[in-house]
Amino acid sequence: MNKLLSITNLSKNYYHKKEEISAIKDISFSLYEGEFVSIVGPSGCGKSTLLNILTNMDTKTTGNINLKDNLKFGYMLQSDSMLSWKKVLDNALLGLEIRKEKTKENIEYVKNLFTKYGLKEFMNKYPDELSGGMRQRVALIRTLALKPDILILDEPFSKLDYQSRLKVSDDVYKIIKEEGKTALMVTHDLAEAISISDRVIVLSDRPCIIKNIYQIKREKEGTPIENRKDKNFAYYYDLIWKDLMFHD
Amino acid sequence: MTKEHQNYLKKIKREKIIVITFQILILVGFLILWEILSKYKIINPFIFSSPSKVIETIKNLYLNYNLIGHILTTLYETLIAFILGISLSFIIAIILYEFKILNKIVDPYLTMLNSLPKVALGPLIIIIAGANTKSIIVMALLINLIVGIMSIYNGFNNIDKDLIKLFKTFNASRLDTLFKLTIPASYKTIISSLKLNISMTLIGVIMGEFLVSKSGLGYLIIYGTQVFNLDMVMSGIVILIVISFILYKIITYIEKKLLK
Repeated sequence: MNKLLSITNLSKNYYHKKEEISAIKDISFSLYEGEFVSIVGPSGCGKSTLLNILTNMDTKTTGNINLKDNLKFGYMLQSDSMLSWKKVLDNALLGLEIRKEKTKENIEYVKNLFTKYGLKEFMNKYPDELSGGMRQRVALIRTLALKPDILILDEPFSKLDYQSRLKVSDDVYKIIKEEGKTALMVTHDLAEAISISDRVIVLSDRPCIIKNIYQIKREKEGTPIENRKDKNFAYYYDLIWKDLMFHD
Repeated sequence: MTKEHQNYLKKIKREKIIVITFQILILVGFLILWEILSKYKIINPFIFSSPSKVIETIKNLYLNYNLIGHILTTLYETLIAFILGISLSFIIAIILYEFKILNKIVDPYLTMLNSLPKVALGPLIIIIAGANTKSIIVMALLINLIVGIMSIYNGFNNIDKDLIKLFKTFNASRLDTLFKLTIPASYKTIISSLKLNISMTLIGVIMGEFLVSKSGLGYLIIYGTQVFNLDMVMSGIVILIVISFILYKIITYIEKKLLK
């Protein structure tokens, strides 16, 4: 498999007036093309920081990050963050507009994504006319518009209610697989991580170190909702839950 | 439409009629009471005037004292100070927001300036800017600027942090973030600050006119006091109330149109 990125011995410290806080300590892992990897860990353990460092929005203290040449990240945030004064289509084109890549082909590409994922008739509406789940899908299209190699998903479903959450994670999973993207997702929801990913990285409480990495094996590959019924689901759930509950 | 719905609409309508009727009753009652109290000398008619005398005085001012000219002067000064005030507060708020360190540096001075009664600067302004319209506008600016800056700046500061992060994920430049996020996202706050600004501006203009002017409503009031013509003072105040009410309504109307 084609390796897209590898992180070795990454650490991050925060400095306050009175103390130095070690947020991330000695983390190493790699990401391969086409993979869906989830990172789980207690809240506030530095998961988001890790993503921010990867995408150059924060700085690392020590360690190495090796990226494949010209690797492009696409970031999907916790909230759908739509600009209320712009139409849905213009919201989806925002990244292209800012990066000055709003070409005819790219606009066409985005419009096709809308059609493909059943949002065509909502293109010219304003965000507040859409449901939370729809807006989340638009947010994904906005991210895909930049044709990223790796999708970074930071708790992408946490602001949705439970039912839409299941539905949207199914939708998002399908879209990501269909577009053949690699994804790195941060979540605190174990079931979500196990049902959607190929690999789950379990982080500890602060300072955040890797506790375990699980390659998720299933009897049959399906959508996240189907995967929840898989025989091994409970087994992984139990393992990861114990990882998170019991400290060394 | 169902019967319940009709009843509901009727109820709303009835409430509206009650409110308007009482508003008119209060106004008319106040005027009648004022007239009677003054006529039977229960309040001193020389000091408190009366509605009939106010109307007479306004007529007289209109015919012999160029009342329209005075009103236009005040309106003109208010308009200039208002537009200048809004534009300057907008620009200054952007600068303070974009250069946080600058904001930290000037913060105590802004607070000081904000708590200082601006009228105390009046004599100084006259000496610096001269006894003319310029002084009046400077006075009005002193009063509307700080409030304007603070309300627009707060609008900038209250922008959803997630939206700011979104722009960061796109590696947006500061200029892009400013024009595509900061300004459009605070549109509502900026528009709402207009209402506060117009009343502040009018306060400043009248204060300025008290200090220096040769015309305007503030001048009429101060002139009336000096020659002990309290009918003129009362008339000036009445006209001022009407004008400030109309200005406020105009701004509210514009605000409604812009926020649609």
